[in-house]
Amino acid sequence: MNPNLKWKAVFIFVVILGCIYGLLGLPTFPTSVADVKSNFAHQIKLGLDLQGGTHLILQVQVQEAIAQETDQTVDRLTNQLRAKNIRYDEVRRVDDTHIVVRNLPSAQLSDFRDLVASQLQNEWDMSPTAGEPSSYTLTLRASRVASIKDQTMQQSLETIERRINALGLTEPTIQIHGRNDNEILVQLPGEGDPSRAEAVIQAGGQLELRLVEDPSPYPSQAAALAAHGGVLPPGTELVPGRADSRNPQDTGEVWYVLSRTVVVSGRDLRSATENRNTNNPGQWQVNFSLSSEGAHRFGPFTEQNVHRQMAIVLDHKVYSAPVINSRIDDNGFIEGNFSEASAHDLALVLRAGALPASIKYLEERTVGPSLGADSIRHGVQASVLSLLVVMIFMLFYYRMSGGNAVLALILNLVILMAVLAAFGAVLTLPGIAGVILTIGMGVDSNVLVFERIREELRNGKSPASAVQAGFDKAFLTIIDTHVTTVVSAFFLFLFGTGPIRGFAITLTIGLIANVFTAIYVSKTIFEYHLTKMDRQAELSI
Amino acid sequence: MIEFFKEPNIDWMGKAKYFYALSAILLLAGWASVFLNHGLRYGIDFKGGTNVDVRFAQPPNIDEIRKGLTVQGLGNSEIQSISNGGLGTKSNEVLIFVEQKGQGDEALDTARSQVITALNSIYGVKDSSKPDFNAATPSSLAALLNANDPLHLSTNAGDRYQQLAKKILVYRDDTKGGVLTNFDELSRVDGVTPTVLSTLKSNYALGNFAVRNVEVVGPKVGGELRRQAIFVTLYALAGMLVYIAFRFEWVYGAAAVLAVFHDVLITLGFFSLLHYEISLTVIAALLTLVGYSMNDTIVIFDRIRENNRLLRRESFADVVNKSINQTLSRTILTSGLTFLTVLVLFLMGGQVLRAFSFALVVGIVVGTYSSFGIAAPLVVAWNRWRGQGAVAGPGPAAGNKTRSSESVSARLAPAGRR
Repeated sequence: MNPNLKWKAVFIFVVILGCIYGLLGLPTFPTSVADVKSNFAHQIKLGLDLQGGTHLILQVQVQEAIAQETDQTVDRLTNQLRAKNIRYDEVRRVDDTHIVVRNLPSAQLSDFRDLVASQLQNEWDMSPTAGEPSSYTLTLRASRVASIKDQTMQQSLETIERRINALGLTEPTIQIHGRNDNEILVQLPGEGDPSRAEAVIQAGGQLELRLVEDPSPYPSQAAALAAHGGVLPPGTELVPGRADSRNPQDTGEVWYVLSRTVVVSGRDLRSATENRNTNNPGQWQVNFSLSSEGAHRFGPFTEQNVHRQMAIVLDHKVYSAPVINSRIDDNGFIEGNFSEASAHDLALVLRAGALPASIKYLEERTVGPSLGADSIRHGVQASVLSLLVVMIFMLFYYRMSGGNAVLALILNLVILMAVLAAFGAVLTLPGIAGVILTIGMGVDSNVLVFERIREELRNGKSPASAVQAGFDKAFLTIIDTHVTTVVSAFFLFLFGTGPIRGFAITLTIGLIANVFTAIYVSKTIFEYHLTKMDRQAELSI
Repeated sequence: MIEFFKEPNIDWMGKAKYFYALSAILLLAGWASVFLNHGLRYGIDFKGGTNVDVRFAQPPNIDEIRKGLTVQGLGNSEIQSISNGGLGTKSNEVLIFVEQKGQGDEALDTARSQVITALNSIYGVKDSSKPDFNAATPSSLAALLNANDPLHLSTNAGDRYQQLAKKILVYRDDTKGGVLTNFDELSRVDGVTPTVLSTLKSNYALGNFAVRNVEVVGPKVGGELRRQAIFVTLYALAGMLVYIAFRFEWVYGAAAVLAVFHDVLITLGFFSLLHYEISLTVIAALLTLVGYSMNDTIVIFDRIRENNRLLRRESFADVVNKSINQTLSRTILTSGLTFLTVLVLFLMGGQVLRAFSFALVVGIVVGTYSSFGIAAPLVVAWNRWRGQGAVAGPGPAAGNKTRSSESVSARLAPAGRR
């Protein structure tokens, strides 16, 4: 055998053995047929559409976190204006990212500018408000908005991950989805009932500590409004409370007038535990402690507001509104009508981390296990049958050379599967579409080559030169068709999501494998065959 | 050498007007039906809403289901029987579609729970103190077995009950299609002893249905996915156009893309004619057809490019005819085999693959036809038009990257002067 051919053969065998090992030999070397099966199942992961399971897409309401930041800045600014004795009519949040400061006395304008420059320099841009000479508008910088977004997304992701993991399901996937819409994808393979996961994700745990602006709670929204002459004081809002804890019969509403500013939120929480209430051992409460950054804000706030009420708001409901007795730095507790179990659950949710913003569901798909099993069974049966038909036909029509084509097709699928496994890609229905197109183009490559060889043979060339010419001429065509398709797959991968990407990945891998098997491997076999056979013999094609 | 096809001598380009007419008829028929049916039938992926796929123990009474849904305020839901078996068998499976209500600010899964409540009221477990075994999940079943410990396991109880739960549910889902009608059948499962069986019987009841699939898609997602599908396809087509223009000439790229576009439109028309729904997987199938049709067209174009260099004396139309004839046996073989593949998938692939493989069955026929019926005639027509309107001389060949010293268009100008 000529040495060139020998090296080609060695290379091909190494690639094939590598692929087979990757598919069947990992993660532990098999010693029985069952091991081989379990390795294969471990390497080739099926998508939820084939396997059954739950697929959720959630959207994090990031703008809530941004608005919260703006509210906190309003509060900080107000305090500092007071501290510096700068007079103003109003400091107000206009929308999520804008604050307006109205009617500053002209003598104090430079003081104001200095204050903003020293305190808010890095995060806010200041400009005179259009049409109002002594007013200024502060705008939250885009870079800061982006960093809050990132932080919020990251924290939501981690929180949801912790909560889902606490459920003990097998191999959940939790990841950022899409490019810029603040979406999170949650996949729970094998879980046919999404309600449990949804309940845990939705369990809010969005904790806020806010100042109570009006000490008396009201039985209804209307009553609260009436008490304030129809308009709430600036910077406040009405928040419903949980029904009175001491009197379970009384399910009437309670409404509190709270400051919009969130002094401390779930982001600042460090730990939470359930404890017996010290004064009333029959009752349970949840103790929490704050991070140093949270304590840094909470300390001065409680000091300033001693003897006023502070509301503990969980998921937009007031749990309790205790009076601040003295300065508190980093520890507090939530009282309510808790049993031991409910205090435990709340502490767990708080501990696992509160979501920094609320969550909206965009999409939910549950493929029941029986449907998944049906699709696999039908899909596999159909694919195997059609592959067999194709292979038998190739053997019948091209005889020995057909064997080349069959081998090329099988190798193509082996390589495709191995590369998918190496990338940790999952096989989905659209992925199978990619496999079908791969098989179609694989068959086509072989047919193109064989028909070309036949043509050359008809034109009276010797087998050796006909094979050479056949591969040479078909090569250009095969490259053109494959590159065109890969180019389109590239765009599909770039701009598509989910299923479309799966299609593009499978297709690209399959096509590259195909060029290798249908040209390189197939030609090597032909060359080997030609060196063995009699010069005068006919090629079996 | 077995040969089905000798190289024929067909004047394909002479029949171009028939091909155009055929395509026009197919396009018109399909899209007339689209407009008469008030647009294409989008699947849940693109319109949003809630789909609940339910399998019953016996063929259900659709009127009764509708009554139950009406009680839940879902009276105008679509209820559709799905047949999985052969002809004549009554279907046990039903697909319930509930339209998206409002703008989706309310919890997305209200419709799902309403549908399930409605079904429970008719086909569910009458004794509400026990949960429905047909709704049990591996984790809940394992937990129940572990708590009751019917096998009195001393070691590894948690793991072993988990395995057992899995086996029991695999039997329910794979063998019984998701709906168990009699607990005693479970005794066939390896590891289910009489004590296990009695534990199950005393803790579970059997409902008469199982939810096989739920899809809830918010309105925002639906619109987004539709936009994305369209744009992604257009980008992919543009990418192909550029590549072909670079390898051949821009007119080849344009003709190939037009032909592929024509294929997609005709396939969509067929979808409308036969009332198939367009889902995300169908989009994947359409993309497959784009790739396939493009492949077919390029094979012919490649041959045209090659022959153009060899057959200088013949007119361009003759070169194209010869190229199509030379590649005809390959075209029939490849298309035939691929068609067979997807036909098997269509006939045997089951309900999930039905619309998907239908797109491929239609697409492969149309995609093969459009290569010689649309793409090649378009290139010929362009060359003829340019030849007649030629402002003398070859003119600079756009994107001429062929390796031959004389470009296609340089050779074509004289053809125009014929």
